[in-house]
Amino acid sequence: MTALSPARTRAARRPRAVEVGAVVVIAFLALSALLPGLVAPGDPLAIAPVDAFQAPSPSHLFGTDESGRDIFTRVVHGTGASLLIGIAATAIGLGLALVFGLLAGFGPRWLDFGTTRLLEVLFAFPGLLFALLFIVVYGPGVVTSTIAVGLSTAPGYARIIRSRVIQVRTSPYIEAAVVLGRGRTLRIVRHVLPNVAGALFVLATLGVGQSIVWASSLSYLGLGAVPPAAEWGAMLSAGRTYISSFWWMTFFPGLFIVLSAAATTLLGRALQQRGRES
Amino acid sequence: MTALLSVAGLSVRFGDTRVVSDVAFDVQPGECVGIVGESGSGKSVTARSLLGLAGRRARVSAETLLFDGTDLADAPARTLRSLRGRDIGYVSQGALVALDPLRTVGREIADSLRLHTSSTPAQRRARVLELLAEVGIPDPELRAAQRADQLSGGLRQRAVIASAIALRPRLLIADEPTTALDSTVQAGILDLLERLRDQGTAVVLISHDLAVVSRLATRVLVMHDGRIVERGPTADVLGGPRHPYTRRLIAAVPTDRPRGTRLTLPAPAAAPAADPAGSRVVFGNSGTTVVDVAKTAVPTTAATATPEFPKKAVVTARGLTRRFGARLAVDDVGFVLERGRTLGVVGESGSGKTTVARLVLALDRPDSGDVQVLGRAWSAATERERRPLRPRIGAIYQDALSSFDPRQTVGQIVADAVTRGRSLRAGPEVVELLERVGLSEAVLRRRPLHLSGGQQQRVAIARAIAGRPDVIVCDEPVSSLDVSVQAQVLDLLDDLQRDLGLSYLFITHDLGVVRHVSDDVLVMRAGRVVERGGTEAVFSAPQHDYTRELLASAPRIRASLAIRDGGDLDSDAT
Repeated sequence: MTALSPARTRAARRPRAVEVGAVVVIAFLALSALLPGLVAPGDPLAIAPVDAFQAPSPSHLFGTDESGRDIFTRVVHGTGASLLIGIAATAIGLGLALVFGLLAGFGPRWLDFGTTRLLEVLFAFPGLLFALLFIVVYGPGVVTSTIAVGLSTAPGYARIIRSRVIQVRTSPYIEAAVVLGRGRTLRIVRHVLPNVAGALFVLATLGVGQSIVWASSLSYLGLGAVPPAAEWGAMLSAGRTYISSFWWMTFFPGLFIVLSAAATTLLGRALQQRGRES
Repeated sequence: MTALLSVAGLSVRFGDTRVVSDVAFDVQPGECVGIVGESGSGKSVTARSLLGLAGRRARVSAETLLFDGTDLADAPARTLRSLRGRDIGYVSQGALVALDPLRTVGREIADSLRLHTSSTPAQRRARVLELLAEVGIPDPELRAAQRADQLSGGLRQRAVIASAIALRPRLLIADEPTTALDSTVQAGILDLLERLRDQGTAVVLISHDLAVVSRLATRVLVMHDGRIVERGPTADVLGGPRHPYTRRLIAAVPTDRPRGTRLTLPAPAAAPAADPAGSRVVFGNSGTTVVDVAKTAVPTTAATATPEFPKKAVVTARGLTRRFGARLAVDDVGFVLERGRTLGVVGESGSGKTTVARLVLALDRPDSGDVQVLGRAWSAATERERRPLRPRIGAIYQDALSSFDPRQTVGQIVADAVTRGRSLRAGPEVVELLERVGLSEAVLRRRPLHLSGGQQQRVAIARAIAGRPDVIVCDEPVSSLDVSVQAQVLDLLDDLQRDLGLSYLFITHDLGVVRHVSDDVLVMRAGRVVERGGTEAVFSAPQHDYTRELLASAPRIRASLAIRDGGDLDSDAT
């Protein structure tokens, strides 16, 4: 990570076109999430049975659903919920992972051993299966599905954070800090946490995309947000019945899931690369 | 006699940067030509471009690039491939990692035989064993079946040479073949190369180490900034260098120069390109950069005589023993380091010298014995008790870069040390410290990664002296630096010792460096101190066999060496 050819360090890399695209998509999603009324001024829940199953047209950009609700409006208004679930789930996952990772990385050897074994057991479950189990126990809903996704992503993060903590903790610069007479707390606060945080930030951006997909999957299965709520996964699920006749009902919510996941992942990768280069 | 290899007008560029310009030389069969220069001088790129290995981004152009009548410049990749390994052997820089970790040494060497000759596996096996024996690897049967990680550095290097000479190439290009090796091992490898040369293999030997080159080469090319600045028979170049760069390079070698002499020359040219900010200081607020002539002045007795400081033990170690598993890394080591003096600890890798440093820094606990710092318990104390004393004992390391938090700037690193961890904001004290070690204020906001090796070590020194220490533990502080940068850093350490009354525990494998810096010396082998005493006494009249062996194996510049026959000395005056 430190050995670099001088040529690469000299000039900062210009952003690639896809990275610019990713930032544009994320900006649009952020705007939709914060001010949905500005992007799509209609009511996402207003039904108009006369307009049911309209194909995409200038008046209904993404068409309408079985109750005549405008899909564009619903997709835009659903952004907030989907992004919030994605971000909240990632935050829960990373938060838990940080606690476990720091415990394992700094604690006594038996604690490290215990946490690592526990994480390995959790890791053996497919994440989504773990989330389903959690929902079976605590009942479906937006909050439980968010927590479920967060919990199921935590072991993966925790492993990465633990190894990073150990790597930083045993690095020569921490030893140099010991030689300078720095106490344990100062070493953790000044050197370990900032150096772990860099990796954490990249993980978080990568994680949001994944969490959005997972949360949408749970909604699609009817375990997260329930129709008629404007949530992408739920909309996808509602459109499933009509998929052969009215493709737009599933296509546009699906497109937004893909776009948001792809954009955040791309951004995360770009950050990761940049971190490696600087 | 026609040249085996003849090069003229060789230039290599990477993008807009020209790294090699207009290089020309010839190599006769059976002669050794040395290419000397510091890192970044273009010597390795020159070697690699001869083999068509300069890299994808490199643009190589040459007027002549002839190997035994074959034009290498326009040769298709296929021709180059068949030449490499068969007619031209290459021992790469960092040969320690040049072996595939997943394959046995035997298979690795058999590869070139398999690719370039028709032979049966049994024949190849026999040949591999022959080769391993030839390069001086004991137990070839056993070693051929081992993987790289089971071999020591010296054995690995020999294995790489064995694979390079497997097909008796007529030309062997060796790029820093001994750089990472201990001096006794290095001597063995040089003997091997010498034997190959005497058997008729032409050798192009690339090194930053003048002593290594002088041992083997009949002719030397000195490279600087991608150009050949001086050339000629080895004895002439090293005995009577004409170009200022060559002179500086030779003067910077600490071998055989007694303590107190300066290594950097007084000429303004002493600010080398390799370390531009290195020997300059910025004065006051005017911001004008001037070459610090005063600091690099010629030695006068007044300036170099060590002033008398009250003789008082700063660090005492008694009966230090440290065991790792069954191995005794340090066995009953004791010493007293007095104020203002330098104690050199010399030994090969694995001799336990770094473990001694770690014990003195209390990064590790001795199994028995103890260390006292300033008369107080140190190794026996708890870390909490040690903490108030910590600023009094500093440390600098071989790899300065990895001892810095990669997220911090130079200003933050030094500020942290100045304020004892209370603040990261760089105040005037930080600037003062940086100036003291010869760095300008401009580096404050830069990260160490973007500084040169010499500058990084200066930052490390600034950090070490920030706490006003009494002693600094220096663990191979100049081993990874070029010779002229090394000279500047050693001079800096010398200045600081005189000005601040510092004591150094100076750990190194380099005998020249240890002789130059130390008042007293400990020679370590396999965890034990085999010899100790005043530096000059130990060097001029070594008592222990091992010390004698170590001293004999250290390469020296043989400026008065007799001109060898065989090579046509003026052949490159085309």
